[in-house]
Amino acid sequence: MLNIKNLEATIDNKHILKGLNLDIKPGEVHAIMGPNGSGKSTLANVLSGKNGYEIKGDIKYNGESLSELSTEERAQKGIFLAFQYPLEIPGVNTNTFLRTSLNSIKKARGQKELDTLTFLKLVKEKASELGINEKFLSRQLNVGFSGGEKKKNEILQMKILQPKLSILDETDSGLDIDALRIVADGVNSYKNKENAFLIITHYQRLLDYIKPDFVHVLSNGKIMKTGDAELGIQLEKTGYSNIV
Amino acid sequence: MKTENLNKNNKDYKYGFTTDVENIRSPKGLSEETIRFISNIKKEPKWMLEWRLKAFKRLKVLKEPDWQKPKYPKINYQNLYYYSAPKSASEKPKSLDEIDPKILETYKKLGIPLVEQKRLNGIAVDAVFDSVSVATTFKDELTKKGIIFCSISEAIQNHPELVKKYLGSVIPLSDHYFATLNSAVFTDGSFVYIPPNTKCPMELSTYFRINASETGQFERTLIIADKGSYVSYLEGCTAPMRDENQLHAANVELIALDDAEIKYSTVQNWYPGDEKGIGGIYNFVTKRGACKGKNSKISWTQVETGSAITWKYPSCILQGDNSVGEFYSIAITNNFQKADTGTKMIHLGKNTKSKIISKGISAGNADNMYRGLVEIKNKAINSRNYTQCDSLLMGNKCGAHTIPYIKNNNASSTIEHEATTTKINEEQLYYCNQRGLDQEEAVSLIVNGFCKEVLQQLPMEFAVEAQKLVAISLEGSVG
Ligand SMILES: Nc1ncnc2c1ncn2[C@@H]1O[C@H](COP(=O)(O)OP(=O)(O)O)[C@@H](O)[C@H]1O
Ligand SMILES: [Mg+2]
Repeated sequence: MLNIKNLEATIDNKHILKGLNLDIKPGEVHAIMGPNGSGKSTLANVLSGKNGYEIKGDIKYNGESLSELSTEERAQKGIFLAFQYPLEIPGVNTNTFLRTSLNSIKKARGQKELDTLTFLKLVKEKASELGINEKFLSRQLNVGFSGGEKKKNEILQMKILQPKLSILDETDSGLDIDALRIVADGVNSYKNKENAFLIITHYQRLLDYIKPDFVHVLSNGKIMKTGDAELGIQLEKTGYSNIV
Repeated sequence: MKTENLNKNNKDYKYGFTTDVENIRSPKGLSEETIRFISNIKKEPKWMLEWRLKAFKRLKVLKEPDWQKPKYPKINYQNLYYYSAPKSASEKPKSLDEIDPKILETYKKLGIPLVEQKRLNGIAVDAVFDSVSVATTFKDELTKKGIIFCSISEAIQNHPELVKKYLGSVIPLSDHYFATLNSAVFTDGSFVYIPPNTKCPMELSTYFRINASETGQFERTLIIADKGSYVSYLEGCTAPMRDENQLHAANVELIALDDAEIKYSTVQNWYPGDEKGIGGIYNFVTKRGACKGKNSKISWTQVETGSAITWKYPSCILQGDNSVGEFYSIAITNNFQKADTGTKMIHLGKNTKSKIISKGISAGNADNMYRGLVEIKNKAINSRNYTQCDSLLMGNKCGAHTIPYIKNNNASSTIEHEATTTKINEEQLYYCNQRGLDQEEAVSLIVNGFCKEVLQQLPMEFAVEAQKLVAISLEGSVG
């Protein structure tokens, strides 16, 4: 599904990714761990097509090169990023945002857009799965939401948009144990043979709930080590210093 | 006639068509002869002509103001036509069937089919095409309630006592240059009278359109809400694309008596000029409402997306005790458009309240200025004002300015002012793009969110149109 070869990324004269290789197949869960500032969010941004990076190397998504595609085209083709810091958009109702988003994606795929009623039914169902109160959905997008509420809202969006590749950037940071479990359940319930996950995290505790197929250690812009779920457990004990 | 520039590059302005109808015009230029011509063709009574001539006399000693931010090339008032009417209107049609089909076609293109669709929407429309009111729908239904909704020309003929009493009572004859110019040469506009204790059962609406070239449009609107009455009035404006600048200097007077409420909404989409700043309307308008009675309320809502220059300050004079004035504004300027707009709230009565919410959005090379006066006089005890001015900038070449003038003359009253200026946030755009919205959808979503408090004030069917307009006016402004 995703093939990254020798990826380099530079922004504002800062060389951040320095030759990164990664292959992800449908149905797989990959975890990326690594020290602060190692380039994890940069990788997420480059994959989702954020402007401003100077890119070298090659990224193929389902066999197609991503370099020519805009952020929204990538989203329309099924790449989803749960933001480390979800943005507030004052005056825009959460429901409106979700519906605009879903319908833009459907339109781009030549599918029928959802009418208000069908959409509300869908959103209600998904929200209740995540224990999100309905009132929440008529509030302005992320405005005044707590950290945990913002993260849950990202997972709600993921479940509604049904992406093929979901990138979660520190979605677990700042969550209490209950919220963490809800987020993990959200991911597990969406996981299937066709879609894949790239989960950026600092903590093994998330990986206790979502069992990764691969764990990668990113340091200094490169993947320094790759292992299975055991690697995560080991890292929790020893820290990064032995590896990087 | 000058050749018209139906600029093909400017695909954004969907109202940029002209209609080919024969016009009757006044002599060119501003003179007593022109004024007599206008008054004569409208078969006005003598008092009206005298009123106009008095205004013209005053005009000669007034100077065009120049304190505003947007400067414009000197207007040659002798080079304008002050009256231009579709020929078929000179004998007033008695029903819609008698109206030139081409004019009706124009309204269709504007999205205001006079006949069926507005009936469904429950809006009564008075349409002003160049200088005369063409047709007023729903007259019968309104008449039953004693509501008068007609062109000002008809009101001068049929309700002279009301016109004499109220015309110029809020905007005096010699108020300032453009208002006085309007008083001398106004051609048509709408007149509304709501009798005591009557709630107008539908939104009243006027559509203005400038069609003929080298024509100034000077309409005059007078709305009187008698004791305990309510009316909501909507005004929409469009004009064809031309490479010359056209002047629009309207006067709007509102009068609310005891316990009456007037809600006045404008969606202004005059031709803004092309992306190089050629052409476009000069929108120099005087709008003023008097809360004459106790507990009365006047609320202005405006969405200003068009015109090369917009220069207007819809105001409230809060005379009656406990009266309320509100001003909700969205002003969008793109390319080389300029806006200098805001409001005046003059508190005279006790316990009077005013609220100002202004949202200015600037893109391209445009300039957007909020200028507002809040004055609480010494007898207006326990009065309050709340003002909030937010500016949103898109790009680095545009400007936003806020100038509040505040005068509080008594200690029991309070004035609060908040102002913010923000740039459209790249991260927010990225977030929207990541959710599948393209750049234009993202901008439209964020800007409409920014304007929400004002859009909420508009009647439903206008709010939808206004949201689309907001999006269209900013197309191509980011990215
Ligand atoms: N726009 C930028 N300009 C300069 N440096 C940046 C920019 N964005 C990120 N960086 C730097 O690049 C490094 C990697 O950032 P990031 O990918 O956010 O790390 P992580 O998510 O792994 O903590 C950090 O040192 C960060 O300060
Ligand atoms: Mg990060």
